[in-house]
Amino acid sequence: MTGLRLEGRARIVGDDVNTDYIITSKRKRDSLDPKVLSRFLLETVDPAFAASVRPGDILVAGKNFGCGSAMEVAATVILGAGIPAVLAQSFSRTYYRNAINNGLFPIVCETSGISEGDILVITADQDIMVRNEATGQSAVAQSLPPIVRGIVMAGGLVPYFRQHGDFEI
Amino acid sequence: MSEVKSHGKTISEKILSVKSGQDAQAGDTVVCRADGLVGTDGSIPMAIDYFEKMGGSRVVDPEHIVFALDHYAPAPTPQAAALQDQIRDFARLHGITVNEVGDGISHQLVVESGRAKPGTLFIGADSHSVTYGAFNVFAIGIGSSDLAAAMISGKIWLKVPDTIQVTLSGTMPEGVYAKDIALTLVGELGADGAAYQALEFNGPAVAQLEIDDRLVLSNMAAEMGAKVGIFPADKKTFTYLGDQVSKRAEATASDPDAIYSRQVTIDLSSLDPQIALPHQIDKVVPIDSASDVPIHMVYLGTCTGGRVSDFEEALRILKAGGGVVPETKLVIAPASRAILKELTRDGLMGEFAALGAVVLTPGCGACCGTCGEIPGDGVNVISTANRNFKGRMGNANAAIYLASPATCAASAVRGRITDPRELYR
Repeated sequence: MTGLRLEGRARIVGDDVNTDYIITSKRKRDSLDPKVLSRFLLETVDPAFAASVRPGDILVAGKNFGCGSAMEVAATVILGAGIPAVLAQSFSRTYYRNAINNGLFPIVCETSGISEGDILVITADQDIMVRNEATGQSAVAQSLPPIVRGIVMAGGLVPYFRQHGDFEI
Repeated sequence: MSEVKSHGKTISEKILSVKSGQDAQAGDTVVCRADGLVGTDGSIPMAIDYFEKMGGSRVVDPEHIVFALDHYAPAPTPQAAALQDQIRDFARLHGITVNEVGDGISHQLVVESGRAKPGTLFIGADSHSVTYGAFNVFAIGIGSSDLAAAMISGKIWLKVPDTIQVTLSGTMPEGVYAKDIALTLVGELGADGAAYQALEFNGPAVAQLEIDDRLVLSNMAAEMGAKVGIFPADKKTFTYLGDQVSKRAEATASDPDAIYSRQVTIDLSSLDPQIALPHQIDKVVPIDSASDVPIHMVYLGTCTGGRVSDFEEALRILKAGGGVVPETKLVIAPASRAILKELTRDGLMGEFAALGAVVLTPGCGACCGTCGEIPGDGVNVISTANRNFKGRMGNANAAIYLASPATCAASAVRGRITDPRELYR
């Protein structure tokens, strides 16, 4: 994780954004391709959202992001849209796992001071830091347990298993 | 990893200590061996993809895996049919048994199989895998990638959760059901009130709760963000599982000096029927605050409210009230083929058909809008399901209310949200 740096526009969503809102179940019965599904990202919340996303944008949520169904396309569809990280005050536990496992960076931090379009800079060395270029404010995000850090450092559970073949205890 | 502490353990800490082979305390991250793996056609296709990308060649313990084709049952599109064929091919190659389209919802099939034994660890690639907590199982929902890694290694990493103790006391009054207890708890804790935590149910009322009731409470643990919703094992647990004495030893109880992050007490005798209003699961109100909402569709089914006792109770109220009003559509889906057979054998299916019910294939379809009966624009649905998100049943312009099977049936009788107690003689 050392040296990771992300920079992008904040895209604000609210509290309790469930996985059905991120991508409706009916869409995934026809395709699981994140690129295809990303055209319908968050369509229930805002039909215009998907078309407005630019690669590198960073999703910024309130509490309990990704609640509801454990469907993993809700993580891959965000990556498919070119969004590399989600900031939230909290994540649902299944979503948090799915994000880690797919290399989508879930960052737990205070998000109430971030506005739509603010430029955010995320750095991950010893600590995970989020700096808001618009307000000048910085926040330290919640740190990761060692095994989770290992999966994040590998880029997700697929590269982790390709390297280790099993969980390293 | 953690120093030895003097306090006792919760059920979750005990099971994860056994499954990880170390002294697991809340807050620790451990790697555990799973006793059971569950996947559905909603999650297996992606798991196969991850399995292959991870370099998986063989599945460890295929006999510990339950696959069920329940989310797209029957297949609504050629693409969904192709995904199911992919699952059948993978399962055949690796010696995994597939529960076919029409067999029922994975969670109900696990329950009926007797696999969910006290003290075991189950991981299921579906959020409602928490259902088996009713049998003293540490049962959690995971995604497809975790399922793939577990098929390769037999293992999963887990953070040992803090535990909220939910103490149930008193006796449920007439017209109040397990669903009303669950909705009360969701209303009290909120949609993320148990995030990353375990719910441990106990108290003097637990012994009175039937297995079907406990399944509802464990099932809806997911709606509070909980990792598990776990019950102690008792005589009813062992009776349901066939009273296998050899399994009793593995049942796990919490220590009297276990540490809980929070204590919640519910006096069942004080409860009224509850309703979750659209579109949030934790917008829960007593029924008199929601009465007179017109209802156009009533759905009886799902892994929360699609068991035999649910249909029996609903039918009793439908008959007491004189049937379904013509303006309201009654849609039913037994949670499994076994339930469908039992309802058919006992004549209930015939009675539902005579009442004009639309009968769907056992499965998840109508609950999550993947297939089955999709409500039209402006339609108000009252359902025995566990989720009422906007668009959940396949149409963002419909509104979903959640309630007990009895309240749903009473609402079908009047064509508006109705307190079932109004229809008892």
